[in-house]
Amino acid sequence: MDSTAVEQTGTEGKNWGGGNQPLKASYGKLMMWFFITSDALTFSGFLAAYGFTRFKFIDEWPIADEVFNHFPFLHGIDAPMYYVALMTFILIFSSVTMVLAVDAGHKLQKSKVTFYMALTILGGAVFLGSQAWEWKNFINGEYGAVETKSGKILQFVDNDGKRVAIQDFAPQHESYREQHKGNKGAWYISESSIPQYHIDDVKEAFKNEENLLVRTMQLNEQKEKTVLNRQESLKYLEDRGVDLIFGANMSKNEYGAPLFGGFFFFITGFHGFHVFSGVVLLIITFFNVLIGTYEKRKSYEMVEKVGLYWHFVDLVWVFVFTFFYLV
Amino acid sequence: MAQDASTHHEGTTKRIWSVFIILSVLTIVEVVLGIFKPHFLVFTEVVSMSLLNWIFIILTIYKAYFITWAFMHMEHESPGLRRTVVWTGVFLICYLIAILLIEGNYIHDVYTNEFMTWDF
Repeated sequence: MDSTAVEQTGTEGKNWGGGNQPLKASYGKLMMWFFITSDALTFSGFLAAYGFTRFKFIDEWPIADEVFNHFPFLHGIDAPMYYVALMTFILIFSSVTMVLAVDAGHKLQKSKVTFYMALTILGGAVFLGSQAWEWKNFINGEYGAVETKSGKILQFVDNDGKRVAIQDFAPQHESYREQHKGNKGAWYISESSIPQYHIDDVKEAFKNEENLLVRTMQLNEQKEKTVLNRQESLKYLEDRGVDLIFGANMSKNEYGAPLFGGFFFFITGFHGFHVFSGVVLLIITFFNVLIGTYEKRKSYEMVEKVGLYWHFVDLVWVFVFTFFYLV
Repeated sequence: MAQDASTHHEGTTKRIWSVFIILSVLTIVEVVLGIFKPHFLVFTEVVSMSLLNWIFIILTIYKAYFITWAFMHMEHESPGLRRTVVWTGVFLICYLIAILLIEGNYIHDVYTNEFMTWDF
């Protein structure tokens, strides 16, 4: 080394002369920052793609307040956004406890780090549970909708504009066939249950219910969904309705544009996956704190690095919250 | 900035809680606006988006600033690191959003103006 090294480069003491840390951060922390930057771009890609689709269907996108209006133990009460707001608070608060843990780590206070990290893990777990509940509501749906020939959605409202569930006015379908299972017929096609309602029954029942109207996906000047009059409703349903949709899956949903469901699952799912991996990292670090690994190193930098990741997860949620639920 | 990285212990806890309060207030403002949707804000268009949406987005970026600067300690990092991370993100994201939203809007115009219906 000594024999080959150039003794004077003329750049000694300069930031980029080599041999120093111009960014004044350790390798691990720097790499965490770079990972976060690239991950931020990934999420931006998803959210920008969501924006693209939203602008593409700007006149018919579902209204978030109507989709996400559930709150635990408040059945049938319209609670737009309360629950996501609560989830946001939980995540922000877990970010606070995380930064308190990092701060305690700087002061080498093991018991405080333990306590705050435990709170952070708890916050993360509660958030994940909330997200699972949110998914459950989204997947199960509430009112059901009719799918048209062109893949658009028709929903039902009464004269006052209140939503009416298909289950409330259509009769259950008397099944004329057996459930399709993999061991009967083609092995690769099966269904989890026979559909309980049929589009023809819904069309029939709709004719008899004088006070029901059809609501299309189209947003009017009041930025509300267009409600058709009775004649148009009958015509629309008769001419266009081909199938029923209850809840949501990857290809269709009862809320509106099929891509709305796709983006919901993909973006909140990818974020939830980040929360999940964050919780796993936190748990590993938590046990390392407990057995005194960082105490021996006299450095709690690992807590700081995991903390960076955790704050990033919170940061992403702030944007997901805005673009999925508010805008 | 970078010099006080090791000597910022005393005020930190206070700073954390004050940032928490700021973030909470911003979130509450967002949620209240989102629930009540004031007519004036919803129907005032500023640069092809409603004023309400602009408020949401600006508040969100403001929140992101606090999370990054205070919670992720970006304010104590060296300017080099700060620029590496923030500028990369900001420039690429602006480009991405601009190009995708313009394209989305174009396809929307195609759907509306061409001689074929997509709703049948």
